[in-house]
Amino acid sequence: MSATVEKQAASGPPSSGASLSGDALVSLRGVSKVFANRVTALAGLNLDVREGEFLSLLGPSGCGKSTVLRLIARLTNPTDGAIEWRGGRPEIGFVFQEPTLMPWATVFSNVFLPLRFRGVSRGEAKGRVEEALERVGLSKFVNAYPRELSGGMKMRVSIARALVLRPPLLLMDEPFAALDEITRIKLNDDLVQLKVALGATIIFVTHSVYESVYLSTRIVVMAPRPGRVVANIPVEAPLPRDEEFRLSAPYAEKCRETSIALHGAMEGMSLA
Amino acid sequence: MLRERLLEFALPAAALILALFFWEFVVWYEAVPPYVLPAPSLILKTLYIDWWTLYGSLLVTLRITFEALLTAILGGVALAMLFAQSRVVERAFFPFAVVMQVTPIVSIAPLLLVYLSTGTAVLVCAFLVAFFPILSNTALGLASADHNLIDLFDLYRASHWQQLLWLRLPSALPYFLGGLRIGGGLALIGAIVAEIAAGSAGQGAGLAYRIVESGFRLNIPRMFAALLLISVAGILIFLFFTALSHLLLRRWHDSARRKEA
Repeated sequence: MSATVEKQAASGPPSSGASLSGDALVSLRGVSKVFANRVTALAGLNLDVREGEFLSLLGPSGCGKSTVLRLIARLTNPTDGAIEWRGGRPEIGFVFQEPTLMPWATVFSNVFLPLRFRGVSRGEAKGRVEEALERVGLSKFVNAYPRELSGGMKMRVSIARALVLRPPLLLMDEPFAALDEITRIKLNDDLVQLKVALGATIIFVTHSVYESVYLSTRIVVMAPRPGRVVANIPVEAPLPRDEEFRLSAPYAEKCRETSIALHGAMEGMSLA
Repeated sequence: MLRERLLEFALPAAALILALFFWEFVVWYEAVPPYVLPAPSLILKTLYIDWWTLYGSLLVTLRITFEALLTAILGGVALAMLFAQSRVVERAFFPFAVVMQVTPIVSIAPLLLVYLSTGTAVLVCAFLVAFFPILSNTALGLASADHNLIDLFDLYRASHWQQLLWLRLPSALPYFLGGLRIGGGLALIGAIVAEIAAGSAGQGAGLAYRIVESGFRLNIPRMFAALLLISVAGILIFLFFTALSHLLLRRWHDSARRKEA
């Protein structure tokens, strides 16, 4: 097993693969992030992300959960600590809170973009773009422009774009937060199906208890000021899940447990 | 729907025709001499009689306008792209662009006429006024690309050029077209102002010179005819860039969205 160490604290030799727990895809070791305005987003965070899991990061605003995603995606660098990959950094898909589509480009061109960066021609990409769009149920909209689509459909295009390189790791930063409840439930259902079909590892940032319980195999609850992990809640129910799970007693019990942990994380926070 | 669109055109057209008839009537009724205020019919007649003189001058003015505009587009876009690449360059050079913009063109024209040949000076004046809106709008557009999309490009390790070509330039297009609409009108105004300052006669005389010349000769109908041509040219330039803007943006930009009932 080999490990790539992206940033190592000044002291000590690069850690060997042995420091990674069994099946971790990526490990954050004592990661701190202090922004230029001196706000400490994360303080000595330790987090293992296991291969194939659906991990939700749940917490109030300002607990640094989005920063964790940005660090893993290498959109920002840690102030201290290390991010270790087992077997090298894989291709990563990223879904933002907003659909983040290019308004001047068709659905096809938007989904094609990551392939374009990898030097794939439009013609060669056709099959893969269509496959990604089929996975999110938008095959009929290849030639539409983003403004012709509803909020939920735009988000689906965004997910298709993140999937088009078939990344083993998918990062999602509150992707459904801006959508209405009905659309959100539908997209949650589809995401569970997608997760089962792809088998990719997913890290999902949310501040919805219900969403995190429904989707995840594990929930990590984070607390703010400074951002840290306060609870680790496995959700044992097997995937795929459906409406039946949403109405079941274990679901309700898990929501209760998670809510209590979240309230603990908010303790001492001033009322905002 | 159709009726609304018909009204949209019919109403201003009717108002214009009414105003022209009123003008014609007042001139006839009060027997206003043509060297004070010519009737619309006389202006049209003058336009017809003097067509080849005026047409030649119109072409001269339009050529200067478009040459200036083309130079302003090339220069403005190139400099805006340079600004987008480096904040240092932007900080260093933007004040110059502002100084060029706020100094009234009429006051620079005599100086330019000392330094340059008449033709070149007129061209430079028209260029100077058209340049700034194109530069500042394009620079603003290049800087206002969606920051999440910039993150996305970074995630896939897109090169600087890929980011410029596929993200910043398309983001800047609506802003650039807005600048072009302003710059197109300003280039014409700049050319006219510079021509008046230059007062050059002979072969290369533009419409502005025809106006000055008609003033000296008290040929007021011809003055009005020349004015009419300038207005029509200005309107056509504006309509051209509005249509171009609509054509390029209609599929995706909110500014080109038709209002739904």
